[in-house]
This record gives sequence, C-alpha cells and structure tokens, in this order.
Amino acid sequence: MSETTSFSGNKGLQIEEKLIFEMGNPGAVAVDLPEPGPVDLDRMGGVRKRADLALPDLSEPQVVRHYTRLSQKNYGIDTGFYPLGSCTMKHNPRLSEKVARLPGLADLHPFQPRQTVQGALEVIDQLAWWLKQLTGMPAVAMSPAAGAHGEWCGLMAIRAAHEDSGQGHRRRVLVPESAHGTNPATAAMCGYSVDPIPAKENGRVDLDALKAKLGPDVAALMLTNPNTCGLFESEIIEIAAAVHGAGAYFYCDGANFNAIVGRVKVADLGIDAMHINLHKTFSTPHGGGGPGAGPTVLSAALAPFAPVPYVVSGPDGLELVEGRREGTKPFGRVKGFHGQFGVFVRALAYILSMGADGLRQASSDAVLNANYLQARLGDVLTPSFDGPCMHEALFDDRFLKDTGVTTLDFAKALIDEGYHPMTMYFPLVVHGALLMEPTETESKEALDQFIAVVRGLAEKAKAGAAEDFKAAPRHTPRRRLDETLAARTPILRWKA
Amino acid sequence: MRYLPLTESDRAAMLADIGVKDVDALFRDVPAAARLAEALPLPRHQGELEVERAFTRMAGKNLSAGCAPFFMGAGVYRHHIPAAVDQLLLRGEFLTAYTPYQPEVSQGTLQALFEFQTQVAMVTGMEVANASMYDGATACAEAAIMACRVTKRRKVLLSGSLHPHYVETTETSLRFTEMEAEPLPPDPLGLEDLLGRLDGDTACVVVQNPGFFGGIRDLRPLAAICHELGALLVVMVAEPTSLGLFDSPGAMGADIVVAEGQSLGMGMNFGGPGLGLFATRDKFVRQMPGRLAGQTLDVDGKRGWVLTLSTREQHIRREKATSNICTNSGLCALAFSIHLTLLGGTGFTRLAELNHAKAVQLEQKLSQVKGLRVLPDSYYNEFAVHLGDEVKAAEVVDRLVDKGILAGVPASRFYPTWPELAPVLIVAATEMNTEDDMDRLVAALKETLS
Repeated sequence: MSETTSFSGNKGLQIEEKLIFEMGNPGAVAVDLPEPGPVDLDRMGGVRKRADLALPDLSEPQVVRHYTRLSQKNYGIDTGFYPLGSCTMKHNPRLSEKVARLPGLADLHPFQPRQTVQGALEVIDQLAWWLKQLTGMPAVAMSPAAGAHGEWCGLMAIRAAHEDSGQGHRRRVLVPESAHGTNPATAAMCGYSVDPIPAKENGRVDLDALKAKLGPDVAALMLTNPNTCGLFESEIIEIAAAVHGAGAYFYCDGANFNAIVGRVKVADLGIDAMHINLHKTFSTPHGGGGPGAGPTVLSAALAPFAPVPYVVSGPDGLELVEGRREGTKPFGRVKGFHGQFGVFVRALAYILSMGADGLRQASSDAVLNANYLQARLGDVLTPSFDGPCMHEALFDDRFLKDTGVTTLDFAKALIDEGYHPMTMYFPLVVHGALLMEPTETESKEALDQFIAVVRGLAEKAKAGAAEDFKAAPRHTPRRRLDETLAARTPILRWKA
Repeated sequence: MRYLPLTESDRAAMLADIGVKDVDALFRDVPAAARLAEALPLPRHQGELEVERAFTRMAGKNLSAGCAPFFMGAGVYRHHIPAAVDQLLLRGEFLTAYTPYQPEVSQGTLQALFEFQTQVAMVTGMEVANASMYDGATACAEAAIMACRVTKRRKVLLSGSLHPHYVETTETSLRFTEMEAEPLPPDPLGLEDLLGRLDGDTACVVVQNPGFFGGIRDLRPLAAICHELGALLVVMVAEPTSLGLFDSPGAMGADIVVAEGQSLGMGMNFGGPGLGLFATRDKFVRQMPGRLAGQTLDVDGKRGWVLTLSTREQHIRREKATSNICTNSGLCALAFSIHLTLLGGTGFTRLAELNHAKAVQLEQKLSQVKGLRVLPDSYYNEFAVHLGDEVKAAEVVDRLVDKGILAGVPASRFYPTWPELAPVLIVAATEMNTEDDMDRLVAALKETLS
C-alpha cells in the first residue's frame, strides 16, 4: 500500500460515501409514523399503487451521517473566500435564517384569509418599499423567483406595454455581446429576436453602434449595469435617452446592483425595468443553486402591466390583488402563490440590519475590495481594462501566454490552495476571462492572503510549471472530472 | 456594522495602495448627475435584537397554522417535517454554496442532486428527472413549452383539474409566442371532455392528479388517445406524497410529469419558495429545461458527478436555449431529498396511507353536517365540498377564522366570476390533523351553516 492510499479509500476527514440507493435495509425506519389502519379502497379511484417503490429504507443516524459527509465535500462561503464574479457570494447572516423560521412567518398558508396574514403582507410590503426607495422606481413586481425570471417579468411588461399602445410590431431586442446568457434566452421566450451590440475598447457599450441599431422595430435594450466586465456604463444616461427616443424601453439587468446600492438610484439613469437578485445583493443564501428571488422594479410607464399578485393598502389593512383591477393591465402571473416569501423575510432582515448607512457602506466596501484586488494583482495578472472597476475585477489570460497554463488550470490550482475559483471564461468578450468579485464581507487579511497565493501561482506559471497546474486539483475529494464522458454517455440517475 | 469586516484603518491603507484619495474616486465612472453624495434618508442600521423584535412583531400579527385546527391545501400542504431535515440544510457547506459549476469542490451538492433526480424519477415512474425548477407552476409552463418543442405543434390543452395558478402561469408563459393555451373550465366533478378537444394541432394535454378539486383519475385511457394522436400527456402532481399510494403518472402513460415538491421537506412559508419537479422519458432528455447532474469519472478513475448536457442551456445556447432558467431550487431539492430519504420506501407509503385515512375520516365526520356534499368520489388527502346552494364558502371561512379555525380554501378565491363555485370549499387533511381538530371543524360548520 502506497502512502497515498488507505484500506477504506478514505483520506482522513475525506470519507467516501456511497449513494443512498446502495445503502439501507428494508424495514429500517427514520420516521416513526402511526399505523394508518386498512386502506379504504372505495375512495381510491381504482388506481392504487401496485408495485413498491425501490426507495431504500434507512435509520436516522445513517441518514444524518450520509448528508453530513456529503456536505463535507462542498465548498461554501462559510468555508472560505468565494470570489466568484457576477455571483456576489457574500456572507449569509444567520439572523436571517432564525427569523425566517419563526412559526408566525414560516407556518403560514398562502391562501389564509387576509385578516390572518397581515404580518406576512407587511413583510412583502416593507421589502417592496425598500426596493423602491433604494432604486427610486415607483413600482416593483415582487413575485419573480430568480434573476432570469425577473428578466422575463420585465420583458413581458415591456411587450405588454408595446402591444397595448399599438407597437406590437417591435420585435427586436438589443443585447450587448458581453451579456449573461439568460438575457438573450429571456428575450427569445418573449417572442423577440436578439440583435447583439458591440462594445468599445474601454469595455462599455458603443453608443454610436447602439444608435445605428435602434429603429422602429426595436422593443428594448437589455443592458447589465454595472456591466459584466465590472464597469459602470458611463454613458448610460445618453444610452437611455437614445433608447427612449426610438420608442423602445430600457431593461437593466440588476445582477450587479450590489456595487451601487445607496450610491446611485437607478431611476436617475433612465431605466424602465430592472430585476434585483435578492440572493446576491441582499444576501439570502445561494443554497447550492437556489432558491433565489428576482423582484423587478418598474417605471411608471410599465407599472400598470405588472403581474399579479401584488400587495396594496386597503380600508381593512393590507390586501393581495390577485386579479385585474381598474386602471391596471397585468400581463399575467409568473409563478404560483405570492413570490419567494421565505427569501423575502431573509432579505428584509438583512436590509433592516444594514440600514441605509450600512447598505451604502457595503457597496463602497465591495467596490473598494475589488479595486484593491485589481491594484495588488495588476502587475502579475493582466487587467482587461484601465481605470477603476466596480465590485468585480476582470483579468484576461495574457499573463499566461506561452506558459502552457490555461485559465482553467489556474482556477483548479486555486482549489488546492483552499479557495473557490473566480468565474472563468465569462464574460465572453475577454479572452480566457478571470472575473473576481470579493464582496464587502471579506476582511483585508483574507484579501491579502488570497493576493499572496494568486501572485505565487502567477509567478509559478510563468516559471514553467504547466504540468503541476494540469494535475490540479490534487487534494479534493475528486480530481478533475471527465465532462465529455458525462455528456456522451449520460447517466442521470442510479439504476439497480 | 457586524457583516462588514473592514475597519477605517483598513480602508485608508487599501485606498493608499490603490492610489486614490477616497472611495468616491472609485465611482468616477458614474455620471455626476446620478451620484448620491450621502446615504439615503432611510432608517439606519440596527442590532440583531432590534431586527428580531421587528420580525417577532410582524409574525405576531399572523395566525400561524400550528395555532389553529388547519384544513388548507389547494397546492400547499402542511406536513410534519422530521427535525433532521432542517438541521442538515443549515450546514453551511450546503446553505452557502453556489451552483456546482466547479465539480471538484461541489461533490456534495452534485451527489445529492443525482440522488434527488433518481428519487423524483422513481416516485413519478419516469426515466429521468432534472435538478429542479422554481416551483410547480413554472415547471408546468415549461412542460407545456417542451411538449410544443417535441411535437412541433402549438396547442396546449389545460384541463379544468389543473390548479388555477398553474393555468395562469402557463397561459402567461405562452403569451406572445407561437404557442397557444386552451384552458378548460373548472371541473369540480371530473366531467370534462378532454378527448373531444384533442386534434392534430394539440401538442399536449396537461392534467392534474389528484385534481385541484381532489378527484383521482385513471389516466391510462387519456394517455392512449394522446399517443394515438401524436400529443404528449403532461401530468401535474400538486401533492407529491400522493405518489406513495397511487399508480405513478409514468405507470399510467405520462410523457412529462411535473410537480410541486413543497410537501416534502419544506414548510408552507406563505407559498414560497417552492420546488418544481420535472421528469420525462429518456428520449426527450435533450429537450428538457433545467440543470442535470450526471455521473462520470475523475482522472483517477473514481466515480463522481458533474453538471451535464448543458448544451441545452442558456449559458451555452443563449437565445436558442431550451429555457432561460439558471438558478433552480437547489436547497429545496435537498430538503425534499432528505425528507424522502428519511421516509424511505416503507415510510413514504405509510405516510400516504395515513394521509388518505385522515381524509376518509374527515369525510365521514363532515357527513354529519347537513347540506354539505363531498364532490369527488375518489381523492387522496383533499376534496372539494359543496356547502349548500345559498352558502358562500368565503364567508364561512371568515366566520370560522373568528372561531380560531382555518377551515379550507374557498374556490371563489380563484373563480370569482363563477357563481356556481361560490359554495365550494376545498379541504385537506394530513397526518397533522387530530380527531379533535376534525370535531372542532364539524361543530363549527354545523353552527355556522344552521
């Protein structure tokens, strides 16, 4: 037996764990339920299940150990620095988790009579108030479930508004080449065609090229601001004016709102609609990929088309509007029930904790941290653009030229150093992109350690250690995984 | 501020390293006209104690389900969630991780998703399931869109058994597209003629089982006709614990099964977040929306998991993607999976039998209420009742709230323009309901309806 293997296959705290379907023994229980008595076949509609499900039977200790071991194979913000650009992986306050579990908020049914849920409606109403105050926008659709869902909500409102004003022939949406993939995918879902617009050398939208693309068939511009290169669109007010001048609407992807909360009101930029990722800016947990929430603020022109439901104040307190009301033309409903309520509670807890002063300090610190990374790494990596960045710093792979090391290799080497990699190969407009978003919840000490590691790796790459990089990561529960094999021979479930 | 680690001296040192005078200098690309010079005139930061107090006050204004005999369903169900579920969800490595794009540091999430996909495929009787959608309603809409993509047809027939929120969400999703939703009227008695509405343009029929009004149907005849005409059968399951008791939609011939997973692992949370389950046949997998975890090997030949078949998805395909979905409901999927693992095959079946037994018991007790009729003749843990021709169910619900009882969901909330549904109340019973709860409901109904 070599030094690196063990009889068990385990490596200290890294414990191999089988699938649940490979464990258990029939008859074991982890939930003690009362005896249901004989089944009343009269009420079964003749479709009582004939075969047993092959779900394994396990006891509670086995189940708890299984998921605990799985959790130990994951990296989270709680584990360490997570500079994943465009994802805003900031600390998730535990107070938010605590208040979200208060029975008076968690144990509520969405269709309870409104006199029994005034406090829940107040949570939605208060959060909506804050989102409107922070953006300066007059209305917000609270129900979208995620960022992409909020984009869809915003574009549906735009389409509905154009249809309503006899402008339904507008079917083209302008999207910068640097946009996140959800933007064009969303536009397509609303029946729009997508027309890419180029960027200038400084990473911003080319205003002249945009103007040339505007026309009577253009429905909207979808623009991320700060953009996916981590830059503020400095000509945004002129952009908005040009878009409006052509009779189109301006959709802003608010994924990067964390950079500007309390420092810019998006209403002052001429935006008609913008989604806000509560799971980014307002710090609700990402949960390994959701649930999120994507409330979408709307201008006065789009507000009448907001989807149902929404909360209004009536003579008997707060009420939910679930149908069409006088003077409104909701474009429909985007999901079941009343939005991601559990996420709202957490986001509001964060907002109340931070306050106006704390939110402004957070965006300031987020931008400061990113610029600090850019300044301290700028001489060993290759920043893509000159000048200050916003909340994330973008580098390209010129610094790896002729080293034989790719952006991917570099990211995998960071894993062995105990870090979650930065976002790689996005945005697409930069070659071999490395997008680092430190967020405001990292200390200077944590940044300094990371900087030292990245500098060390960059120097090592330049010194000619490609083989080492290609072999990374070495210390993870699994090393590089064969994604081609996974796609060519898909195994998407366990089979006996 | 407790979430911000930088001190003033840190900030000063960092600004010096960057070579700017102050943080404002970093915002120089913001047009001057749009820069805010100071914090907005809104409430300032607060300590944990103050924030907790604010939420305790708001929570106190609500009547939580645990404080009342509770019989509400209609798409969100109250079940007992084993304590281990939430304790495990709160592990930071699950709670604070991102989507598992870096598989070497995400094997926990990926293996859990692979197990989740397997469980969903098993309970729905399908071959393959994805890593989840936002909720049942959006999963239903995505299923309709996928059916149009698969069949290259444009018409989506929505049964009157379908939850009105699923209908509305699907109609909205098809608005402004080449596809067309054809919703049928609400169908409390299970009498609708779906077969007569099918034609060569029909991409799919979407039915809910158990139906919104509680009824169970054998879907085999419908599946046979759909397939004969080249349409897909989409089956929506609003209450997934029912799959422990009835033939699975897959066994009855469904082509796509979508479900709201909230019943397992999650509380009600005023209706959100939910969990969209999405399962189909292997042959349609490349037309599926959403993330998929798949098995593979690492460079040492060890089994592991990655996100796969992403050429369907927006980050690769952009405007040609199968959906714009990016984030799903990862943590809710984990909750569902942990709960189902705790139940096991034996527990899942027993839980379903228990729910059905509670509903049968409730029906028997309600039969003592004069003028009340149970509408469906088969059901799982929920059924619609007719309270009497002149009775308005919504008013009865309000009067029962005054007696501290959350009696059910009036159909008029969804169908305000259907006077014949005004007396209809949808009631659910789960393992949470005691006999005493039922007796209190019956007594209160007798008093209110007399």
